[in-house]
Amino acid sequence: MKKLFFIPIVALGFIAFSPADETEPGKKIPAVNIKNMAGEPINTADLTNDGNPIVISFWATWCKPCKLELNTIAEEYDVWQEETGVKLVAVSVDDQKTSSTVEPVVNAAGWEYDIWMDPNGEFKRALGVNFVPHTFLIDGEGNIVYSHNNFVPGDEDILYEHVKEVSKK
Amino acid sequence: MKKLFLPLIFISSLSFSQMLGPNVTGNVESTFQYLNADTLIGANQPAEKAVLNNYALVNYSLKGFRAGVRFESYLPHLLGYPDYFSGSGIGYRSAGYSNDQLDFTVGNFYEQFGNGMLFRSYEQRQLGLDNAMDGLNIRFRPVPGFEIKAVYGKMRKTFDDGLENSDGLVRGFDGSIDFGTFYNLLAESKFKLVVGGSFVSKYQKVTNASYIMPQNVGSYGGRVEMKYSRFFLNAEYVLKENDPSSDNDYIYNNGHAAYLNIGYTQKGLGIILYAKSIDNMSYRVDPNAKLTSLNINFLPALTRAHTENLAASLYPYGTQPLGEVAFQADILYKIPKGTKLGGKYGTEININFANSYRPIRHTSGINLADSSRVIYKTNPFDKSDSLYYRDFNIEIKRTLNKSWKVTVKYFHFDFNNNANLVSKDAHGMINCHIVTSEVIYKINKKHSLRMELQGLWTRNEDGIKQDKGDWVTGLLEYSISPKFYFAVMDQYNYGNPIESKRVHYLIGSAGYIFGASRISIIYGKQREGIFCIGGVCRAVPATNGLTITFTTSF
Repeated sequence: MKKLFFIPIVALGFIAFSPADETEPGKKIPAVNIKNMAGEPINTADLTNDGNPIVISFWATWCKPCKLELNTIAEEYDVWQEETGVKLVAVSVDDQKTSSTVEPVVNAAGWEYDIWMDPNGEFKRALGVNFVPHTFLIDGEGNIVYSHNNFVPGDEDILYEHVKEVSKK
Repeated sequence: MKKLFLPLIFISSLSFSQMLGPNVTGNVESTFQYLNADTLIGANQPAEKAVLNNYALVNYSLKGFRAGVRFESYLPHLLGYPDYFSGSGIGYRSAGYSNDQLDFTVGNFYEQFGNGMLFRSYEQRQLGLDNAMDGLNIRFRPVPGFEIKAVYGKMRKTFDDGLENSDGLVRGFDGSIDFGTFYNLLAESKFKLVVGGSFVSKYQKVTNASYIMPQNVGSYGGRVEMKYSRFFLNAEYVLKENDPSSDNDYIYNNGHAAYLNIGYTQKGLGIILYAKSIDNMSYRVDPNAKLTSLNINFLPALTRAHTENLAASLYPYGTQPLGEVAFQADILYKIPKGTKLGGKYGTEININFANSYRPIRHTSGINLADSSRVIYKTNPFDKSDSLYYRDFNIEIKRTLNKSWKVTVKYFHFDFNNNANLVSKDAHGMINCHIVTSEVIYKINKKHSLRMELQGLWTRNEDGIKQDKGDWVTGLLEYSISPKFYFAVMDQYNYGNPIESKRVHYLIGSAGYIFGASRISIIYGKQREGIFCIGGVCRAVPATNGLTITFTTSF
């Protein structure tokens, strides 16, 4: 029985020493089978962008800061893509109550992002997301290199600084 | 020479999943509260005075293999959580394997069939909801476009120094065919079609002094999703067999749920119409379970999830599992940028209308004295004029320039407090108007201000105040990207008919964000509702005191 007590201690020790701000290189996107907005199956670990950076942003139609983040980035997205080749994947965590509104919301806003659907929170859980919005940056080798859990105006500039750092263009 | 490129292309087309080494992800969430008793807002002080919820989830994966464990502590649990959460221990553990054709999970898992009206196991931690399954979950895709899911196991019931499962079992399978990819039948077509069907059965040994209780209760249904160009349709119909329970007062009626949405979407415009009919669809592993415990299915409410303080915290509508007929319409429109009305950045207009009615229960030809205990008959969408809820709201959102964003919203609710009890101070229908406004001002690259002003006014047809009367809320939030925010909010019941209850719910809040971690401190009085502050949203119970929350993900 006593051995069981070590498990939480080891886990807590691990958490205490894991760097919070900069995720260590080598951490990849976990493999989860979900669908995109068109209903096509997606294996999350298969995500690629020809060696260019990828931003994964968890959001929901009812989450105002999430939509503020995606709208703010949308205004600059052309420039971001041109300068760095970055691609943004917006992962909706809307459940059945609101998931039918995802596509109209995306189209009405005119977002040019890839949209994935995570109605039962599988990908969210696999990436350890607590609340939305939560944004991850993935470098050209598939390493998670930066993550940020909230959005206030100005955060998009800091995200873009990190995108430029990992961009090869 | 060109041949040299081939291996390079081959290497670069290898997906990341094929290169996956060992990977550890997860999160920690700790919420500590020091609570004061406050009978006015229904905030209790437990004997311990302070409470702590703590979670740590650790996922490990290597190639197709994955395992996860979650430690949980309720010392004791936060206010608003079910009473049966207590102690410290392991609340979730699972192991599984995935490849392109197969996923299987043993131990705890979350899964959903169709819209979830027959089966959905999910976690919504902020509300204390967790009906994780414990057993076996298989998803098998023998050919592209065809998927079979199977679930078999017990359901999480309580937490007492560790996970405690239901006595009964839940078994089910679900199959779906997506004709877009299934043998490429509709690959070239503008028409997309997905059909699916589910069967779920629960087993629970139960005895009742008065009634014969079935040990196995089956349910089944089918669904279809269609898309043609810019139009889409999503429909599901499910039936549940005789399932006497404390929810339905031990009747032997069958139950049904029907859900339909059709819509049109293009750039700058979306229109969606919804319809839903539910009768006798509470479906639990243990028929005597109550509140949020042991629900096998999930019945979505056909209303917008409002996040504006006054719209979210006073009259939130919940779905009626015993029966309702509901409709909703959503119109999303963006006046194009560069037009006279749209302005430089475009203007968004969202209109939403939702209502819900009591179904008709026909009793003619029913003999209540016979032993069938089928006490009424009803048909899908057989609605009465008895209104449960009506919600009309319109939102206008405009970016004025790089610095200013403005949102104005109007709501009208007709809320039947007898059908959906949220207030002990009111009877019957509550009618209210709400106006909210939000202004975001970006002072410079890093500093921004967010201001909200909201008012709520209740009046019945004779112009007399109802329930708690009138409210006003003001919020001021100052944030310094990317690390800090400070906010103060006052929700003031200035127009309560009873003068001694004209209370200020004043809270101050500050937060520090470092990457994927955040610490927030909230002090003051808070009503329950969805609470969006510091750039994230969460559901909270009524509290009075100090709350410190730490979250991180790794």
